[in-house]
Amino acid sequence: MTENTASQVFINIGERTNVTGSAKFRNLIKAGDYDTALDVARQQVENGAQIIDVNMDEGMLDGVEAMTTFLNLIAAEPDISRVPIMIDSSKWEVIEAGLKCVQGKAIVNSISLKEGEEQFFEQARKIQSYGAATVVMAFDEEGQADTAERKIEICTRAYKLLTEKLDFPPEDIVFDPNIFAVATGIEEHNNYAVDFIEACKAIRANLPHCHISGGLSNVSFSFRGNEIVRRAMHSVFLYHAIPAGLDMAIVNAGQLDIYDNIDPELREAVEDVILNRRDDATERLLDLAEQYRGQKGEVKKKDMSWREQPVEKRLEHALVHGITEFVVEDTEECRQRAERPLHVIEGPLMDGMNVVGDLFGAGKMFLPQVVKSARVMKAAVAHLTPFIEEEQKELGLDKVSNGKVVLATVKGDVHDIGKNIVSVVLGCNGYDIIDLGVMVPAEKILETAIEENADMIGLSGLITPSLDEMVFVAAEMQRQNIHLPLLIGGATTSPAHTAVKIDPAFPAAPVIHVSDASRAVGVVSAMMNSEERETMWGTTKARYDRIRESRSGGPPTPRLPIEEARQKDFKSTEPSAPAPSFTGVKTFEDFDLNELKEYIDWTPYFMSWDLAGRYPQILEDEKVGEAASDLWRDTQTMLQRLLGEAWFKPKAVIGFWGAERTGDDIKLETGDTLHTIRQQMVKNNEKPNFALADFLAESDDHIGAFCVTAGPEADEISKKFKEDGDDYSGIMVQALADRFAEAMAEYMHEKVRKELWGYASDETLENDELIKEKYQGIRPAPGYPAQPDHTEKETIFKLLDAEKNIGVSLTTSFAMSPAPSVSGLYFAHPDSAYFAVGRIERDQVEDYARRKGWDTRTAERWLAPILNYDPFAVSTDEAA
Amino acid sequence: MSRQDLISQLETKAKEEILILDGAMGTMLQKYDFSEEQFRGDRFVDWESPVKGNNDLLNLTQPDAVTKVHEQFIEAGADLIETNTFSATVIGQADYNMQDLAPEIAEEGVKCARKAADKAGRPVGVLGAIGPTNKTLSLSPDVNNPGYREVTFDDVREAYLQQAKAMAPHIDFFLIETIFDTLNAKAAIKALMDLRAETGEEIPVIISGTITDASGRTLSGQTAEAFWYSIRHAKPWAVGLNCALGAKMMRPHIAAISKIADTRVISYPNAGLPNEFGEYDELPEQTASQLEEWAKSGLVNILGGCCGTTPPHIAAIAKAVKGKPPRQIPEPPRAMRLSGLEPFQLAS
Repeated sequence: MTENTASQVFINIGERTNVTGSAKFRNLIKAGDYDTALDVARQQVENGAQIIDVNMDEGMLDGVEAMTTFLNLIAAEPDISRVPIMIDSSKWEVIEAGLKCVQGKAIVNSISLKEGEEQFFEQARKIQSYGAATVVMAFDEEGQADTAERKIEICTRAYKLLTEKLDFPPEDIVFDPNIFAVATGIEEHNNYAVDFIEACKAIRANLPHCHISGGLSNVSFSFRGNEIVRRAMHSVFLYHAIPAGLDMAIVNAGQLDIYDNIDPELREAVEDVILNRRDDATERLLDLAEQYRGQKGEVKKKDMSWREQPVEKRLEHALVHGITEFVVEDTEECRQRAERPLHVIEGPLMDGMNVVGDLFGAGKMFLPQVVKSARVMKAAVAHLTPFIEEEQKELGLDKVSNGKVVLATVKGDVHDIGKNIVSVVLGCNGYDIIDLGVMVPAEKILETAIEENADMIGLSGLITPSLDEMVFVAAEMQRQNIHLPLLIGGATTSPAHTAVKIDPAFPAAPVIHVSDASRAVGVVSAMMNSEERETMWGTTKARYDRIRESRSGGPPTPRLPIEEARQKDFKSTEPSAPAPSFTGVKTFEDFDLNELKEYIDWTPYFMSWDLAGRYPQILEDEKVGEAASDLWRDTQTMLQRLLGEAWFKPKAVIGFWGAERTGDDIKLETGDTLHTIRQQMVKNNEKPNFALADFLAESDDHIGAFCVTAGPEADEISKKFKEDGDDYSGIMVQALADRFAEAMAEYMHEKVRKELWGYASDETLENDELIKEKYQGIRPAPGYPAQPDHTEKETIFKLLDAEKNIGVSLTTSFAMSPAPSVSGLYFAHPDSAYFAVGRIERDQVEDYARRKGWDTRTAERWLAPILNYDPFAVSTDEAA
Repeated sequence: MSRQDLISQLETKAKEEILILDGAMGTMLQKYDFSEEQFRGDRFVDWESPVKGNNDLLNLTQPDAVTKVHEQFIEAGADLIETNTFSATVIGQADYNMQDLAPEIAEEGVKCARKAADKAGRPVGVLGAIGPTNKTLSLSPDVNNPGYREVTFDDVREAYLQQAKAMAPHIDFFLIETIFDTLNAKAAIKALMDLRAETGEEIPVIISGTITDASGRTLSGQTAEAFWYSIRHAKPWAVGLNCALGAKMMRPHIAAISKIADTRVISYPNAGLPNEFGEYDELPEQTASQLEEWAKSGLVNILGGCCGTTPPHIAAIAKAVKGKPPRQIPEPPRAMRLSGLEPFQLAS
């Protein structure tokens, strides 16, 4: 697909089960080889066709019988019949025969006004009674529409007849305004593509809810035999037609080029033809086309050369490049040669994965590629498993494993993208992984480790309270004498926290912080070897000792007493923002994912795959550019499906309330109080010591709050992919859901500024300016630097009734569930700005505890990451 | 009361409260323990094949018993009653060689229900029950020949059309129920739409599918959402699920339909799962307390019972949901919604 048009919805309809388009399929049907014909259908669905087109229009075939037989057979194949069918024929009796075979809701392709209104009505009425959508061709009594005007005229007439006379649902009408060949040498044909595109625009604008489809290959008909030029024409055509409203087409998705990757000279010449930009466009393209004649496209050439190598090299190539296509046959070839099936894994497959591991370790391969390699490995192992099991049964052998690792995201935390990546990376390095999922309590982790006789435990977490839970798990391992190595990972974990908090709680075994997924294999393999384990434990201990010393040794940076810090609060000279358009709570649903997509900041998306760099420059990056571009392409394909099928159902709830500042607290008209924390660092300049409360006036002011979510669907879809062995897609869906949640927050904030609060109704900012936060007002979230106390979310959730309104709840550690969710406060004051509270002193902690109604210990627990002192140090001093 | 008046009264009531459907006719008739002779009555003394178990035949031979069951359910609080015509088609009656009697069985069955409803003293709707038949259009009975079908779409459609014609004069609604193969239901819908086009008479239709097991799919493989998209063109008065599962296992699937269906939602689960002897032993209070939670959660507009549910069950359900508001009917945004075994959506 074309990268630049991916913002539009576009549905790929599989074209290969069409006897008029595929010679292979036609021969299979004519020969009565329906089994192989079913494989063709299955492959299309596996390759991502969202609908499959079935066409049996061939002079030598009995269309009714062929359609009936094939559709009845498809009904018995759940992996094919899970998608809707497009019943494609120019003969009505074949269409009606097809409609009698499908239990789902299908699309008819097609009907038209060619034979007049009476027949059109009769067929449309029947389609209604069979319960199908329909394609309507721009064809009437006068003939097929060629100009934009005729296309629009016929489609408008058909739309009116269907919706006004028959009550046909407009969303079930798909217009086919005829894609005709251009550059035929006949001058009247030159404007055909432009006519189509213009017609699309008018049809979508004037005929609400309808869709547009077309047969793409027609456009390049005059370049038959010149694949490169045809493919370029298809991509350029889609690049212009999709934004105009074309939202589905019968295509071979695998044969579309990326618009940006087309040779610029060719692209320009093609664009001149498609857009009819110059009189000599056809001649110029014909001249240029000669250079490409006979070429099949570079990719294909490359593909074939590696197939000539010996089978071990082929497997290595497949693993490194993530190609699943031939892996089963290559694995089978190895198996037949090998003495034992297990040798195939231990030999060529592990050799290949070691190459992957080396490249990954050397920074020459990147996470998304490794996860794809894992997919290939899984397919190969899946093929061998039955043979291995059979052999084991015969020989009574145990499975060979490099080691067993229990992985879990700790209690209270629902984030697991990173943990899943580690799981895949370790899994494809031959380790047995027991992945306990998210929100796993300590008992469960430890019980499982004992029951399964695991070799080590890996803990993951993203939010700060998870850090304490990890300390608890470590302490329990010490108490229960479970002396297994403990691996710590996740975005908020750090060597410092591990050294200062976790390691001392569990002196009996190694506690190792693993900074990213690429290091996991090294650490795990060291832990499995007693010698290496001692060495790594020793060096890590020494490193942690140094960290601990440096942190306890030096004097803590001095802090201002809280009273003094309050004197230096921020005093604005600007008046507060005007009152919002309403007070109380409002819920929003039915978001347009396409619109939200425009608000996505893609840089963090690449970060979630351990690819560092700003988008879009990252695609050109010397080091990670290739991996990033591959990921980007796969992501666009996934996005198309996601958007087309509206996988996510985002929701938002926001509220505004009268509020005023009282000291460092914010009192709401509802009687609730929001607490804020003040910076206590000593500042050399005149800069104030901020607290969020400073951005509210002491009377007659307002505050807002929000919670947005991409919804629970992402988790289910991701799980489905993973169950099918496709972790790569599974992780991608999760990462995309996170982006949509953030995009929702950005989108709603803009809506708040412009209309719902309405203090900046004239704002006009582009997405990159939004990302750079160039607007008035802020939306800080509890748990982030401006208010590091996660428990404040509880008040926000109560105010918004978020669980009831949009189904988002808080875990015991105040993480949001479902995970792709964002919440926070809205401040509208013109001077409001983000800041970091930094470390705070005991005096403020005690004061904060009083305000929250906590004892000091509780406050110290929740504020642990920002304490400027060791809460346990006093007792140590006293003891000493 | 005319059909139109009755429907409009029920519609008004349905805005304020959850309507009550009756329970299991079969379970109640079993309690009579009719013998082969009683099934035959005088008229079929010399019938060539055994007829015991052909419950629909009782419409001709024991009509008082059938009417009595209807009366008991009405007394228990049912607003809607189902006719004893589940298998009254040429396909269903062929097992007893009674295919030629199918229209008569259907017509006499609806008359029993009509008689009971008309005596109720309050609006009670008669639902002309259309069963799935014992043949499937999406599945082959021969594992070695997956493309084979025992019947054709047109056979099934014609059987339904004949049944519908026989019932139409005496009923208020059609009820296409216990659908385990959506294509059979689509044949029934086509028959009803064809009948409507022929006579111009608008009889609303209620559609109820069956999720057969823990897989969460119909027997023919569809998810609850895909099922709804496949039959939505019937513009049903209500849609939902019945049979096969008890309330507990049905809940997630009815919730899925409840979320997306822009019409009333009907549900009539079995009285739990059968025990080892094939009997249902969930007590009325047990069924009712589960359905009470559904009502509180705003999942449904119409509640009743399927296999194993008796008048005490229906009375308990009616009591438990009394005064609880019905589900609010959502208005999903317009989008092209297609389906295979799974749902597909393309936003407009």
